[in-house]
Amino acid sequence: MDEKGWRDVPIAGLIIEPGTARGYKTGEWRTHRPVWDPEKCINCFLCWIYCPDSAIQVKDGKVAGIDLEHCKGCGICAHECPSKVRAINMVLESEAEAEDGGKGNEETGGEANRGEADSDKADCGKAGCERGSVKW
Amino acid sequence: MTGNEAVAEAMRQVNPDVVAAYPITPQTEIVQIFSTFVADGLVKTEFVTVESEHSAMSATIGAAAAGARAMTATSSQGFALMWEMLYIAAGLRLPIVMPVVNRALSAPINIHCDHSDTMGARDSGWIQIFSENAQEAYDNVIQAVRIAESRDVLLPAMVCMDGFIVSHGMESVKLLKDEEVRGFIGGYEPAYSLLDVDHPITVGALDFADWYFEHKRQEAAAEVPVAEVVRRVGEEYGKLSGRSYGLFEAYRLDDAEVAVVALGSTAGTAKAVVDELRREGVRAGVLKIRLYRPFPGDEIVRVLSGVKAIAVLDRSDTFSTMGGPVFIDIKASMYAPIYDDSVYDDSVHGPVRGSTHDRDARDTGARDTTQRPVIVNYIYGLGGRDIDLEQIRKVYERLQAIATTGEAGQCVSYLGVRE
Ligand code: SF4
Ligand code: SF4
Repeated sequence: MDEKGWRDVPIAGLIIEPGTARGYKTGEWRTHRPVWDPEKCINCFLCWIYCPDSAIQVKDGKVAGIDLEHCKGCGICAHECPSKVRAINMVLESEAEAEDGGKGNEETGGEANRGEADSDKADCGKAGCERGSVKW
Repeated sequence: MTGNEAVAEAMRQVNPDVVAAYPITPQTEIVQIFSTFVADGLVKTEFVTVESEHSAMSATIGAAAAGARAMTATSSQGFALMWEMLYIAAGLRLPIVMPVVNRALSAPINIHCDHSDTMGARDSGWIQIFSENAQEAYDNVIQAVRIAESRDVLLPAMVCMDGFIVSHGMESVKLLKDEEVRGFIGGYEPAYSLLDVDHPITVGALDFADWYFEHKRQEAAAEVPVAEVVRRVGEEYGKLSGRSYGLFEAYRLDDAEVAVVALGSTAGTAKAVVDELRREGVRAGVLKIRLYRPFPGDEIVRVLSGVKAIAVLDRSDTFSTMGGPVFIDIKASMYAPIYDDSVYDDSVHGPVRGSTHDRDARDTGARDTTQRPVIVNYIYGLGGRDIDLEQIRKVYERLQAIATTGEAGQCVSYLGVRE
């Protein structure tokens, strides 16, 4: 349980800081995981264009991996990857996890192009109180 | 002027930033008159015409979340159509003020007065203030702005008045000067604003099992200081206008043996009956509840504690076989103090902030049930059925018999219905 109580959070369920989605990991819903093969990838960026979750990571003008903390496993990237290339394959999450021992994200370079994600800041009852306005 | 005219005048003087409203009988006049004020440039209000009351409340919520002082007004079916948004206004802690002209709910279709519409929303988190006449409706709208916007509160408030009886009845009403009203309500500083680009916020985000409960707990806590704020604002308003207001009006209750509890215009009728009965030597009184939500149960029980027999007149039914809503609330309040320290331990439940109950009274624990007044309920006046002096006199006569014998008989009765 979080140590904060009902008095310590901003009123009305307000989120009083922008960009907090960065700190909110939503990849756990996935049943299938895209596994990307850098050897096959031709960097056409079709997957990057189509991914509805901005989960395709890019560094120095090249695909750098998949952010599995946010990827929902929809398979669109694998579908859009040119059929002659097939650099992304969808595998069952349970099988992928068994293979990588649950590390997943580290191997695919999850944090590659994120800004400073500070998940502590996201939960900022204090910031609201400082403004003197949004405490309960 | 009529109650509707008085309320429209109050809205003109409040000069809200945004009014989004839809016409419905018997409220129509309020927004119609107000729209002429907009057209004539007498207010700086952005008037949003909408296609339904659901949209009216939605637009009002949007405006309030953007930092505007926002108002709307409605009645009956329109009020019912706002339902979904009512809870959102309260949950988002937006101090919207909404005059509601009380009217029956369908079916069968009926445009006349009863309290079924707002009573259904008594647990929506809105503050509910009832008005006996046009003067009170006017005064209450102005005070509601201050009450809702109080930083201790931040809750939406509805100001209720009886459809046609008050909304269309002609009375003399004393208005404050425009600058007096503006001085009284002050400028508006929203607690938060979507348009405050220096402090970007998200309003209405998903709030699942992790924090939703805490936010609802905050909302419950916000209701606690309301009574104190209502009293404070009512006193201050009295200094300005000569008309002070509290949580309720205890009319000739000090030494009363029998009393009627009522909301809205019926309280005025009951006061006239009490004056007659007093001349005949009957110790009768009236409790007119003004602040209905949050319910000042402890204060009401205290003011009724010396009375032997009480009849609660409810202008709506709960269809629960338990009687009317006001009756149920008062009965529940008589059982035990709600915010007794022994029941509500601060360390467990949080402080009862701004509680109006003094500690000595609370320390007594459970009430002495042997001293409780006998209490009965009458459902009356549904769909605009008249209630007159004679009917209320009969209620007092029964109360006198109850006070003598201690026998209540049937607990819930229907007054003025064809048997
Ligand atoms: S599976 Fe879907 S969410 Fe995940 S990277 Fe591919 S397109 Fe994006
Ligand atoms: S669509 Fe396939 S080939 Fe193109 S960048 Fe993505 S993974 Fe590489």
